[in-house]
Order: sequence, then structure tokens, then C-alpha cells
Amino acid sequence: MPTLIAMGLFLPLLGFLVNGIFCRTLPRKWFGWIGTGSVGLSFLAFGWLTLQLLQMPIPERMFQTSLGQWLSFSAGSPVFWNLRFDPLSATMALVVTGVGFLIHLYSIGYMAEDKGVGRYFAFLNLFTAAMLLLVLADNLLVLFVGWEGVGLCSYLLIGFWWEDEEKAEAGKKAFIVNRIGDAAFLLGLFLIFAQWKTLSISELSPLWQSLTPEIQWGLLSAIALLLFGGAVGKSAQLPLSVWLPDAMAGPTPVSALIHAATMVTAGVYMIVRLNLLYSLVPVVSDAIAGVGVMTALFAATVALTQTDIKRVLAYSTISQLGFMFLAVGSRAYDAAIFHLVTHAFFKALLFLGAGAVIHLLNGEHDLRKMGGMRRQAPLVYWTFLFATLTIIGIPGLSGFFSKDEILWKVLSQGTSFSRLTWLLALIAAALTAVYMIRLFYFVFLGERRRIAHGEAEHALPANMTLPLAVLALLSAFGGILNLPHLFAPESYAERLSHFLSPLIGGEIRVHEAAPLLGEGVAMALASLIAVGLSSAALLLFLKRPDWTTSLAKGLSPIYRLLLNKYWLDELYDWLIVRPYVRFSTSLWQIVDVKGVDGSVNGVAVVARTGSTLLSFVQSGLLQSYALAMLFGGLIFGVFVFLRMLR
Amino acid sequence: MKFSPTFLATLLVLVPFVGGIALLFVPARQTRFIWIGAIFTGAVEVFLGGVLYALFDGTSHAIQFAHRVEWIPQLGASWFVGIDGISLFLVLLTAFLVFISLIYASCSISQNVKMFALFFLWLEGAMIGAFVALDILLVYIFWEMMLVPMYFLIGVWGGDRRIYATYKFVLYTVVGGLLMLAGILYVVYMHEAQFGVLTTNLLDLYKTQIPVAEGWKNPQLLAFLAFFLAFAIKIPLFPFHTWLPDAHVEAPTVGSVILAGILLKMGAYGLIRFSIPLFPEAAVELSFWLMALGLVGILYGAMVSMVQPDLKKLIAYSSISHMGFVVLGIASLNETAIQGGLYQMLSHGVSTGALFLAVGCIYTRCHTRIIAKLGGLSGAIPLFATFFLILVLSSIGLPGTNGFVGEFLILLGTFQTHKWFAAAAVLGIVLGAVYMLQMFQRVMYGKLQTHGEGGDLNWRERAALGLLVAFVFLMGLYPRPILEKMTASVSHLARHYSDYQLSLYGEDIAK
Repeated sequence: MPTLIAMGLFLPLLGFLVNGIFCRTLPRKWFGWIGTGSVGLSFLAFGWLTLQLLQMPIPERMFQTSLGQWLSFSAGSPVFWNLRFDPLSATMALVVTGVGFLIHLYSIGYMAEDKGVGRYFAFLNLFTAAMLLLVLADNLLVLFVGWEGVGLCSYLLIGFWWEDEEKAEAGKKAFIVNRIGDAAFLLGLFLIFAQWKTLSISELSPLWQSLTPEIQWGLLSAIALLLFGGAVGKSAQLPLSVWLPDAMAGPTPVSALIHAATMVTAGVYMIVRLNLLYSLVPVVSDAIAGVGVMTALFAATVALTQTDIKRVLAYSTISQLGFMFLAVGSRAYDAAIFHLVTHAFFKALLFLGAGAVIHLLNGEHDLRKMGGMRRQAPLVYWTFLFATLTIIGIPGLSGFFSKDEILWKVLSQGTSFSRLTWLLALIAAALTAVYMIRLFYFVFLGERRRIAHGEAEHALPANMTLPLAVLALLSAFGGILNLPHLFAPESYAERLSHFLSPLIGGEIRVHEAAPLLGEGVAMALASLIAVGLSSAALLLFLKRPDWTTSLAKGLSPIYRLLLNKYWLDELYDWLIVRPYVRFSTSLWQIVDVKGVDGSVNGVAVVARTGSTLLSFVQSGLLQSYALAMLFGGLIFGVFVFLRMLR
Repeated sequence: MKFSPTFLATLLVLVPFVGGIALLFVPARQTRFIWIGAIFTGAVEVFLGGVLYALFDGTSHAIQFAHRVEWIPQLGASWFVGIDGISLFLVLLTAFLVFISLIYASCSISQNVKMFALFFLWLEGAMIGAFVALDILLVYIFWEMMLVPMYFLIGVWGGDRRIYATYKFVLYTVVGGLLMLAGILYVVYMHEAQFGVLTTNLLDLYKTQIPVAEGWKNPQLLAFLAFFLAFAIKIPLFPFHTWLPDAHVEAPTVGSVILAGILLKMGAYGLIRFSIPLFPEAAVELSFWLMALGLVGILYGAMVSMVQPDLKKLIAYSSISHMGFVVLGIASLNETAIQGGLYQMLSHGVSTGALFLAVGCIYTRCHTRIIAKLGGLSGAIPLFATFFLILVLSSIGLPGTNGFVGEFLILLGTFQTHKWFAAAAVLGIVLGAVYMLQMFQRVMYGKLQTHGEGGDLNWRERAALGLLVAFVFLMGLYPRPILEKMTASVSHLARHYSDYQLSLYGEDIAK
């Protein structure tokens, strides 16, 4: 069993090595199949392992394996390359390899014409391997290897078309913004090590379980906050959200991989993995919930105005991640993972669908130039429709169940803070309906707004349409994984939550105060908002296609604020980037060129004049060196002489 | 107890000199033969290094392969060499980098080949000598002996402003060297005053109690500073660093490799070998300030790197940043951090040495090192691009590469005793990514600016860079073989620096 875990991890790595080393020698067709095949096999391995896991008694559900020692310290436990396969890793690994496999498969068609296809699949495999290492790691430092590894791969894949300076820039931005979070994460690790002398999750968990939070409240909060800082970077939450929208510079399947199955979910996963720690510090949890809901709202408002199809989806990712952080902040860890899974399905579908549209329109990204794709590409239309309805939260589809579970669990905490976050999340969910309908209308409905029409759908190869169909099914029926008690008999309800339960330590505290609304009422309210708003928006678009334009004119200042993404990029540029460059330049000019060098050269001039005066030499360097040696020798000689005299 | 042949350390010092002298008898026109001879000497040295590694007993902190021959009895000076876990890997690094540099030089140096080979081997002998010497007079001699070939390497095979650069390099180093000599004399004198024996044997000098007093007239503090200045210039620590960028810019590629890869390590090695054990009270007293200087170096180097127009200058300033980490780790006096510092010295030697080789590869193709004039090279030379990217990632300390292990150990160790220093130094990791990736993007990505000549890497460049890249991963993923053999010596230092003693291998067991 343990070797199978390692195999699942190493298969994509092997694919990376083969594709990477032979990226210019193998036949073009091979790259895609090597890349896709390795991830597919890895999926099978993890699938089989999960089946084994399910047959074990609940408390024993875990496989472990060690790949040797990495680092050792003078004091404290050494770091081993240890992997663990427990229900949480299993869920993540299946999502990563499963959705990852479909994205790889789709890429075969999408990237068929690209000259760098070998390099592409190599990076894609490396991405998968890094993410797998992240979710399988039993040691926080090994997790960090995967953590930075996905950052590297995003750098490589976002900047995949590096001839375009802007795309290379976007890749660099992703890496650097991630690094800021990673620095915080690293400090969190140092604090953990300073306190408990180990970074192994297996060793830390029992320690955390027996802690009483009052004792080291400050320390625990600091650790939780610093690690969360890493998650903010990786999962593009405020204030480090700026890299994700630019990440669309990469090939579209890469966006699907980054946004859906891997990378951005890492932050959510990490907090769920360390939920024992996080449930000890309610204040930090509240802060996480606050950041999450603010991000969800922020990104949803921006998504309303963007005109680039991938940018809208990017902001919707940020917004959905905000929901997940709201969930972990409200200690609804299983709900967060549930939403992570369904989001992986529907967001991958949205991106791959968008990729198909872009592909058919020969690279067009602008929503305003699209339209009428319904007739041109019916399969894309139907699958995209499913994904849209899922993300909006139309009752019965997977997104409805996962989002609703989050909303309900937030509300059922019963504090006034949680009620506020619930309300804000509800608004964000309502906005989701509006921006998604807008996107859908612009792409698929209405008149064709583009004069030169693209290719017809039959230009799409089967390896691109099949993933769309599979993901549509998953988006639609993924809710089965974790049905609420309200709708399902006991044995079918909350299966994912049960599966994850051995790893979720902190009980959700249900307060004495009764929740504001019952579960059924809350659910009905949310569905009503989703259905009502989306149909209203759709009707408006169909009746008065230019209603958004007039709205934008009417609310011009707000529109510009949103269109420019709250000027967040400009703010950072103005506050941090420019001053940093300016400061560095003047530091170099003033300290080095004028200061230190000036004085040293002054000394040099004195020395040179001195040596000329002494007329040992006329000029030149060998001589001055010899002079110095002579001096040294002289001093030494005198010293020896004096010693000997004694 | 392992077999510890006494001649091995001596042999390691002598082989390059013998090889160099032997090459004197080859006619200067026979360049092919000279290269073969020089590379062969380098290979022998690497082989001896391998034997050294295999025979080295990592469980002991004692001096192994010790060899002592009386030299100037009146002074108590002797040819005394030996190796412990601290010098072991610096010797190996030297042998390895010189070998690789010679391979690379054989396709990049075409003038005065004979003289070049001679100076290069001389330099190798002197560097290894400085690392293995255990007589403080011998150390000083080797220390100064390195200067001469380096001076010629820059002065003869260097760029346009080489005269200015050599002037600055020599001036700085000589000033440092003289101060160190004064410090050496003082220590020897104190030893004689306390023990009645005149000796320059470092192991005896360790027993000397250098007097401590309050305030600035503290003799130990002053002696510490005399040594420290020499080391600070070599490392180089802010604000003694300005010779480095100029020296690098003017030095030939392999000169830069050796300068960054090994000469800079002399300073940090000196801190570990001399400053801390000889003057422990002063080291503790100044620990805070040394760490502060290290931290300033980290941040300053990273900031100034970002605005450099010249590739070599950029990497030179990045060295200042990386060596800042080394100093931070060593000065914290924490065991893990010192170990990390030592590891970072090795990994910096590999990565930065390789980065300078990579810049050399760019220069031979595009005839410029000005970043603004370069661009889009990724498409023109893809294999090089891959190697270069790996080296850049190693330089910014990506986990899985060698750069991470050293930085992580330094920061982890420093954090145990000085939280805020470590927290501030972590910023250096972010800034490191900023300047390195920006450089990589400007040089390798975008539209092709300057058409390179000569296509992708030739086999010698492949061999040189490929070997270094292999070590980037090896040291990053599997550091145990290195860490294990240095642990005993490092922990001995970290635990006993206040009354530091070193014995010879075998003797410690007998006792």
C-alpha cells in the first residue's frame, strides 16, 4: 500500500522528467499522452487506495510511507520525506489527479498546434506532482516544498508564452506575490519549531489536541496568523489577490488547473489540515472568516464589470475561495472541503468551456465581441450552462449544496459576527448570479457581435469535448457527495463530512442562542435569491441588451471603481513598487558610488600620492602591492628580531 | 576509528603547485597540452578530495589527516596542516570549482594560456592551503599568496577597467591582511606571555586567554576587530564590499567563479576558525552587531542588486546578500544556524559560481552583459535557458534546491535565539525573488534582442554547467552526506567556543 502512495506521487514526476528532458526529441504526439497517462495512472492509484481506505474502520483510516530523511537539527525532530494518505489527502489527491487528468486530456487538443507542447506537458505534470506532494506531506516543511513548487509551476505556466513580455511579467508577479505569503508561512514554521521542536503533522496533532488555548493564546494566534498569511498569498485572498487575475495570461487549461484543482485550494487545504490549531484560536478564525467574506464580496463586485472572459472567471474564483475561507473561519472545515471539491468541478468546466470558446473564436477574449455561441457550439453551450447554474447555486446542482452548507453553518454559529458574515456572503452569492448570467449572455446568447466568425464546433476534437461532458456531469451530480440531512436519509447524508470526520477535531460550537432562521428557511431564501436574480438578470438582458451600459453610465464612479478593480494594482505600484525601486536606486548611488567608494578612492589617492612621495615606485599596482608586502614583512622581521634578542 | 593518512592534507596543497610547476616545462605554444595537464591536475585534486571525503570520520570533531613538520623552531612555526568537519567541504568545494573552471576556461581563455594555467593552479594550492593550514603563520602566508594570482587573473585577462578594479581589490585586501597580521602578532605575544612558549600553532593558540576589559580599550575586542576587518572585507560585509562588484565586472569569467565561489568563503571561514574560538568573549559581545551587519548585507545586497544594469554586478551584489545570510547564521552562535551558514557557503559556491559561468556563456554569445541590451534568449539557446533557470531558482532558495537548505537552517537557527533578526531576514527571501526573476525575465524572455553566436551550449559548457546543476539538486534534496560529516565539528564549536580546544584525530580517543 505505502509504495502505491509514492507511485501516485512519482508518476507525474516521471512524466515531467521524460517530457522535460526529451522535449525536443520525442514525436509531438507523445508528449500529451505521456503527460495525461501519468496523471491518469496516478488517479487510478489514489482511487484504489481510497477504496482500501473505505474498507478500514474509521479511526484507522490512514496509510503512511517514508522516503527517507531530509534534514536533521541539533535539537528537535529531523524532517523526513514522509507521506500520509488519510481521508483528507485522499479527497484532495483524487480532485487533483481526477480533474487534473481531464485538464491534461483537454490540453492535448488545445495545445496541439503549439510549438512548446513538450515543455507544456512537462510543466503541467510538475504542477500536479507539486500539488500532490503538498496534500500528501506529513511534515510541514515537505508541505512547504510542494507549496513553493506550485508557485514555481504557476510562474512557468503563466509565463508559458514568454515571448510576450506582459505574460512573462504576469508569471513573475504570481511568484513574487506568492513569495510574500510564503515568507509569512516560513515564519509560522519557525514559531512552531521553536515551541514544539518538530514540524511533523503526526507529532504535532496530539500536542495540539491536549492544549488548552488560554495558556499560549498569543503564540498560537501568531502561528495561526502567519500560516494564514501563506494561505492568503496562495489562495489569492485580500490583500494578496492581485496575482490571480493576471494569471490568465497562461494557456486556458492552465488557468483551469491553477484555479480549480490545484494551487489556489492549497491555502484552504492547509488550514483544514491544521484545523486542530485553528480551532484553538477563535479570534484568528473570525479574522479568517472576515477576510474570506470581504474577498468574496470584493471579487464578485469586480467580476460584474470585467470584459475579458477569463478575467471574469478569475474574479469568480477569488470570490468562491472567499466562501471557502469563510467556511474554515467559521470552523466548518468539512463544508470548506466540500465546496472546494464542487468548485473544482464547475470551475474547471467553466475555464475549459471558456477555452473552447476562445479556441473557436481564434483567440478572442473580449466578451463584447462574442455572442451567439449557442448555435455555433451547442455542446459547449450546454455544459457551460450547467456550470453557470451550478456556480449560481440553482437548487439540486452541486454548487447549491456546497454553498448552502457553508451559509447554513455560518449562520448556525449564532453570534452577531457570524450573522453579519452570513448576510455579506448572501450578497456575494446574489452578485454571483448576476455576473455569471452576464457572462453567459454575452458569450452564448444574443446576436453574434463579431464580424469574422470563428470555426464551428466540430473543429473541437473529442479529447476536448469529453472532459467538458464529464465535468458537466460531476458539476450537476457532485452534490451527492455531501447531501444535507434535510434532503436525504441518514445513510446518504453528509457522506463526505463523515469520511473527513476523523481529521476534523474542533467541534462546531452551536451557541445557546437559536439561529436566526431554520435550515430549511435559510436554504429557501438562498435559492430564491439565486433563482430570482438570475432570471431577472436574464430577462433584462433579453429585453434590453444594453441595460448594463446604461447602468454603468448612471453609476459612473462606482462603475469605474469596479472596472479598475478598486485600483488595487495601482495602489501597490504607487505605495510599494515604485518607492522600492527609487529607494534602491538612490541607495546604490548614494551609499556605494558616492559614499563608500568616494571615501575609499580618497584613501587610494592619498596612498598613491604617498607612495609617489616615498618614490619607491612611480605608479602601478604590482609595486604598491610589493610595498605593502614589504611593510608586512618588515614589521614581522622586527618582531622576530626582538623576540630572538630576548 | 578510520584510517587517517597524514600526507593527504599536505598532498592536496602540493599537487596544484607541482602541477603548475610541471607545466612550466611545456612550451607555451602547446596550448592543448597545457590544458590537458591543467585539467588533469584539477582532476587529480578532485579525486584526492573524494578519497578525503571517504576517509573522513564524521563522528569526530578532531583534526584529521594532520601533518606537522618543524619549520622555524625559533618562532615555533611549523608546516602544520589538517582537516576537520569545517574545512573538509571547503577543500572539496575548491577542488570541484577549480576543476570545473578549468574545463570552462579551456574554451574561453585563448591568450597567455600557460601563464593562466600556472596562476590558476597556484591559486588553487594557496586556497586549499589557507583552508587546511593550522599554523597561524602558514595561514597568513597562504592568505596573502592567494592575492598574487588573483591580481594577475584580473589584471591580465580582465576587462577594460581592470586596472582600477585590481587597484581597489588589492588595496582593500592588503589593508585587511595587515590588520590581521597585527592581530596575529598580538595573539602570539599573549600566548608567549601566558605559557612561556613562542608558537604559531593554532591549536596551542586556542588555549590563550586574551584579556578582556571594560570599554573600548578592551584588548580582546580590538584583536577581534583586527581579524574581523580582514574577514569582513573578504566576505564582503557591508560597508566593506565595494571592491567586489568592480572586481567581478573586470575579472574573466573563471576569475569571478573562483572569487565568488571560494575567495569570499575565506572570510566566513576565518570567522569560524579564528574569530570566534580565539576571542569568544568579544564574539559574544559583538554578536548582535555582527548579526546586524549580516542583516544589512542581506537587505542592502538584495535592494541594490535590483537596480544593476550589468549582469555581473547584479550577481556580485546578490553574493553580498547571500553572504549576509552566512554571517547572520555564524554570528548568532546557534548550532543549527552555524551549520546552515557553513552549508550556505557551499551552496553559494556552487550556485553563484555556476551563475557566473552562465553569464560567461551569455557574454561569449552576445558580447554584452548589459541587461537592457539582452532579451528573449530563451528561444535562441533553450538548453542554456533551462540550466540558467535552475541556477536562478537555486539562488532564490527554492525548496528542493541547495539554496533552500542553507537559508532554512540559518533562519531556523537564528530564530531560536533572535526572533526579530530572522523575521527581518526572511524579507531577504522575498527581495531575492524580485531581483533574480526580474533579471531572468529581462534577459531570457520577451523579444530576442541580440542574436547570439555559436548556438546552444558546447560540450565543455554543458559538462561544466551540468555538473553544477546536478549538485544544485543533490545538495537540495539529499543534504545528509554533507551535513552528517560537518555536524560533529559544528556542534563542538557551538557548544565549546568559550573554551575551544581542538585535538588531533587519534589523540582525542587516547585521552
